[in-house]
Amino acid sequence: MEKSVNYGGHHDDLNLEATKLRLGLPGIISSDIGYEKQSSSASTVVVVRNNKRASPVGIMTQESSSKSHSNVSDARNGDPNSHHQPPAKAQVVGWPPIRSFRRNSFQQKKTDQGDGAGMYVKVSMDGAPYLRKVDLKVYKSYPELLTALENMFKFTIGEYSEREGYNRSEYAPTYEDKDGDWMLVGDVPWDMFIFSCKRLRIMKGSEARGLGCL
Amino acid sequence: MNYFPDEVLEHVFDFVASHRDRNAVSLVCRLWHRVERLSRQRVFVGNCYALSPQILIARFPGLKSLTLKGKPHFADFNLVPHDWGGYVQPWIEALSNSRIGLEELRLKRMVVSDESLELLSRSFANFKSLVLVSCEGFTTVGLAAIAANCRFLRELDLQENEIDDHSGHWLSCFPDSCTSLISLNFACLKGEINLAALERLVARSPNLRSLRLNRAVPLETLQNILMRAPQLVDLGTGSYVHDPDSETYNKLKHTILKCKSIRNLSGFLEVAPRCLPAIYPICLNLTSLNLSYAAGIHGSELVKLIRHCAKLQRLWILDCIGDKGLEVVASTCKELQELRVFPSDPFGVGHAAVTENGLVAISVGCPKLHSLLYFCQQMTNAALIAVAKNCPNFIRFRLCILDPTKPDPVTMQPLDNGFGAIVQSCKRLRRLSLSGLLTDWVFLYIGMYAEQLEMLSVAFAGDSDKGMLYVLNGCKKLRKLEIRDSPFGNKALLTDVGKYETMRSLWMSSCEVTLGGCKTLAKEMPRLNVEIINEHDQMEIGSDEQRVEKMYLYRTLVGPRKDAPEFVWTL
Repeated sequence: MEKSVNYGGHHDDLNLEATKLRLGLPGIISSDIGYEKQSSSASTVVVVRNNKRASPVGIMTQESSSKSHSNVSDARNGDPNSHHQPPAKAQVVGWPPIRSFRRNSFQQKKTDQGDGAGMYVKVSMDGAPYLRKVDLKVYKSYPELLTALENMFKFTIGEYSEREGYNRSEYAPTYEDKDGDWMLVGDVPWDMFIFSCKRLRIMKGSEARGLGCL
Repeated sequence: MNYFPDEVLEHVFDFVASHRDRNAVSLVCRLWHRVERLSRQRVFVGNCYALSPQILIARFPGLKSLTLKGKPHFADFNLVPHDWGGYVQPWIEALSNSRIGLEELRLKRMVVSDESLELLSRSFANFKSLVLVSCEGFTTVGLAAIAANCRFLRELDLQENEIDDHSGHWLSCFPDSCTSLISLNFACLKGEINLAALERLVARSPNLRSLRLNRAVPLETLQNILMRAPQLVDLGTGSYVHDPDSETYNKLKHTILKCKSIRNLSGFLEVAPRCLPAIYPICLNLTSLNLSYAAGIHGSELVKLIRHCAKLQRLWILDCIGDKGLEVVASTCKELQELRVFPSDPFGVGHAAVTENGLVAISVGCPKLHSLLYFCQQMTNAALIAVAKNCPNFIRFRLCILDPTKPDPVTMQPLDNGFGAIVQSCKRLRRLSLSGLLTDWVFLYIGMYAEQLEMLSVAFAGDSDKGMLYVLNGCKKLRKLEIRDSPFGNKALLTDVGKYETMRSLWMSSCEVTLGGCKTLAKEMPRLNVEIINEHDQMEIGSDEQRVEKMYLYRTLVGPRKDAPEFVWTL
């Protein structure tokens, strides 16, 4: 069923000695194999830089002027004889080859953990006409966050104590966690707080004092 | 052998387990063919379009376990349009209309609808095991049907599927009478879960050996579950986040000490690294660890964790482990057989990545390594040559350099010699994926040395038709060849058309193959389906000189498929 295939028209061009691999450094091998060798069209053209291949950035081939169909977001027309630079982050469809499920879960992780996109949550304050948004990723600890909130809404928050919450002040910062419960800011470690905080609310007045008294 | 009654032959064939061996047995003579097919219980269909359900049912009336694969491999990487095909519905319909007592169904890259799952759950009284890998098209409604209707369900294993989450209540659909579960994996589900139902389910499943949770299951629930199921062998945590000073975490530490059977660990989809010490006691006995979705563990915590895992045979990890981390793996995990290093930041700047140094370190420390998937920043010929020398036992070698045409950064040469060393040294190599700057030479080496090669993946490689011809001519056992963005054209495609009937499939996209070439091939080989995918020029029947965007051909007994969408054209 299978026809035998000539590697080229001329077997002597194949240079079988050259194909004998040795486990040595590339410098030695390359001169044996003759990387600079260019023979007739019958044998393989062995050049380091080739002109024929459609590169991921869509450099046009020598043969035709039809558009490269490598599905690249920014296809550039390049001089086929130029040494091409590595593509500057041109995203090639389907590269690197990771499953869509894994790929999608990383985009999601990035939004969850706020890499690049930030971890923005809404902040409401009782009595304020509109809500604000803060990026939790920017802060490393509770005092930093609370100071930022104080500046944003022009109020002061008292000291946090495990026993009395924010009892000294008129306001208490609270947050809604993943289960939908309203919690007092400050009880759990900061890392855990970032994960579970969905939105912030600064409570005021008797409601706040009520929380502090729990 | 003609003097033996059939039962004796059948008994002998019982010891012949692998699909290939059984296929070989069935080719010996008519008698053996008959005995074999009547006694066959497990069937593997690598391409669902190679045959029809009717053929399957007619040949194997005793079928109990069916594995089906649908879309071509490159569909995993978004190279195949959405409605291409691979529907399981006709199979389930046909099987349910027959007398086949299906017990196990394993699907990969297929489109599965809720309707299919519902029909499946109602059609086979003894149905025991459903495994779905990389499938899509169904929702938690379909899962609810499986839970509710499969009275003897032992295994529900969902791996990396795209599932629409309508509610977490499918878990509550397992009736109280269902106590047969051995394996449950819903890690890929994105939505909420009825935690109480989960705990009750675990409590009434004494045979539960494998449990993989999704992100919605918090640490408290994990604690409760492990209390009830200390016999687990395979555990995938959900969200592993808690206050390390809390009562719950303390309880978890003690509970884990009772779980002496855990050998596979995975998950950590969300993780608070300070809670990791609780799992150190199980690390000692782990043979398989999958942290490839645990982006929250890196740096020193990751290394600390690995240092506990001296018996590891399989490790899946993210490249944030770095070369230094891989050196720790090399010095700790002497039994390592399979390593996968995934990119943690596939499109970003290469700050968190591994290079050739990590791989060489692994090859030095882990001589038993036989399966590798390695996404890296760069690779050198010298490194590949060293790896080939240190690890001659590779069966699967998949290298992915994030910049697909990058040469050896030290010598600026193509990686032909490196891969050449791999194929020459690893005589048992069955699967190979190439990347980096590559010329026709690498294909010459593959054709010459890779005698056992069954699957080859090529991207952005080669100079001319000769490359592809070296492979088609040299690799006698080649079954699957997939090529993208490489300069192979009609000459390579048409020189040996008979070869394709010895293979399962060939994929070529963004190559130099033209419509005329494909037409010629289709005409000469009527037992192949030659499918052209043309998304952009919707059925504009251009000239034969026109290059084909994507071609997928496969051998088949049943001719062109009837469910092909508009953009797929079978020649």
